[in-house]
Amino acid sequence: MSHSSMWDSISGIIRRDLLLAMRRWSDAAMSVFFLVIVVSLFPLGVGPEPAVLRTIAPGVLWVAALLTCLLSLSRVFTPDYLDGVLEQMVLVPQPLSLLVLGKVLAHWVISGLPVVLLSPLLGLQFGLDGEALGVLVLSLLLGTPTLSMIGAIGAALVLGVRGSGLLVALLVLPLYVPVLIFGAGAVTSSMAGIGGEANLSLLGACLVLSLFLAPWATAAALRIALE
Amino acid sequence: MIWSKYSAPQTFYPLAGRLIPWFAAVAIILMVVGLYMGFFVAPTDFQQGESYRIIFVHVPAAWMSMFLYVVMAIWAGVGMGLNARLSFMMAQAIAPTGAMFTFLALLTGAMWGKPTWGAWWVWDARLTSELILLFQYAGVMLLRTSIDDLRRADRSSAVFALVGVVNVPIIYYSVQWWNTLHQGASVSMATGSKMAATMLMAMLIMTIAFWMYSIAVILARVRCVMIERESLPTWDDKPAVIHEAVEAR
Repeated sequence: MSHSSMWDSISGIIRRDLLLAMRRWSDAAMSVFFLVIVVSLFPLGVGPEPAVLRTIAPGVLWVAALLTCLLSLSRVFTPDYLDGVLEQMVLVPQPLSLLVLGKVLAHWVISGLPVVLLSPLLGLQFGLDGEALGVLVLSLLLGTPTLSMIGAIGAALVLGVRGSGLLVALLVLPLYVPVLIFGAGAVTSSMAGIGGEANLSLLGACLVLSLFLAPWATAAALRIALE
Repeated sequence: MIWSKYSAPQTFYPLAGRLIPWFAAVAIILMVVGLYMGFFVAPTDFQQGESYRIIFVHVPAAWMSMFLYVVMAIWAGVGMGLNARLSFMMAQAIAPTGAMFTFLALLTGAMWGKPTWGAWWVWDARLTSELILLFQYAGVMLLRTSIDDLRRADRSSAVFALVGVVNVPIIYYSVQWWNTLHQGASVSMATGSKMAATMLMAMLIMTIAFWMYSIAVILARVRCVMIERESLPTWDDKPAVIHEAVEAR
């Protein structure tokens, strides 16, 4: 299989999924609103003390990003599973892991990228300053694709299983722990003046590792689910 | 001796039945010896007093919890690779014992932490990664029970166990780095090489005891799994009875 046709199959899937998402834009809008609401709940619950809010900001924003990704996971494969498209994807000559990669990238554009773009605004609400905001955006930019990649494994495993919404959370959240630690750690350490480079590098390493392994595991899980 | 002969549940079932009493007996003897050494022979720690003695349960349990996860993942991987039913059954049988040891490690850790650190729980690297290990055991077991189709349940939980085994070292190191960034003085076990010989001996004996216990319990559980899955009377019954049951299916 040539290089260009590999890219064609990935970009074809991405275009299709983005088009479908645009036709039903309310789905994507819902996850954005969810993020904003969850983040806004914390100052109401914890109290409006600026110093406290600044301390908890990295963790709160990262946990909210994680939950937003989690809630949108059911949209990665379930519609295609229900209308039978997924079965065709298993049958086509292109490798399933490539198609999965395309679907996950599309999922990231729909549910991860809005989080990245919105994060400076939410960070400002928590009183983060310029450099910490930059690190926050960068950490989310590196971390949210990893969340989508790992989440896709869980989404594929619970496809068509009863109680899949809760089950996927139980499976995926423990796997999200390293990303959460490195992501929130990058922002915290930049606020502490140590600089977030070490944690950002580790986030990058997580991303590379998940890009390499997750499509493969997801494809295996999909084959099991469709068997 | 042909090992592959025992990869069939029909031959493994009686073999497991014969082995269980031996492993159980060794486990009980070693546990009695190890606990006696730990509680009565080993010297009192000059810093922690008597409360340190929980390590004779705590440390072996923590070791077993991690070791069993890897063993479970290996069985799951073998099952995926060779499509062997027995491997999946073994993976299924290991998970509850592994989760039990993880819980035991956390529980005894809390009981040790209260007198030593003054807190039942701290967000230390080891504690946190052990807690996440418990979540992963729970995930493997819940995924299996949520899927009705047996073949899919086997293979799906195998994939999750294998993904989880990649995650275990990452969690361990991530939590460690995250902690060292936040708090300079993290809690360290001031034992290791400085440990008295009897302490180390008691701990090793307890580890082997837990190991033998695990084998006995897992073999007993895998026999239950086999009976459940094959819906046969039991393989202890006379060949004629089994033959009849197979014919009836």
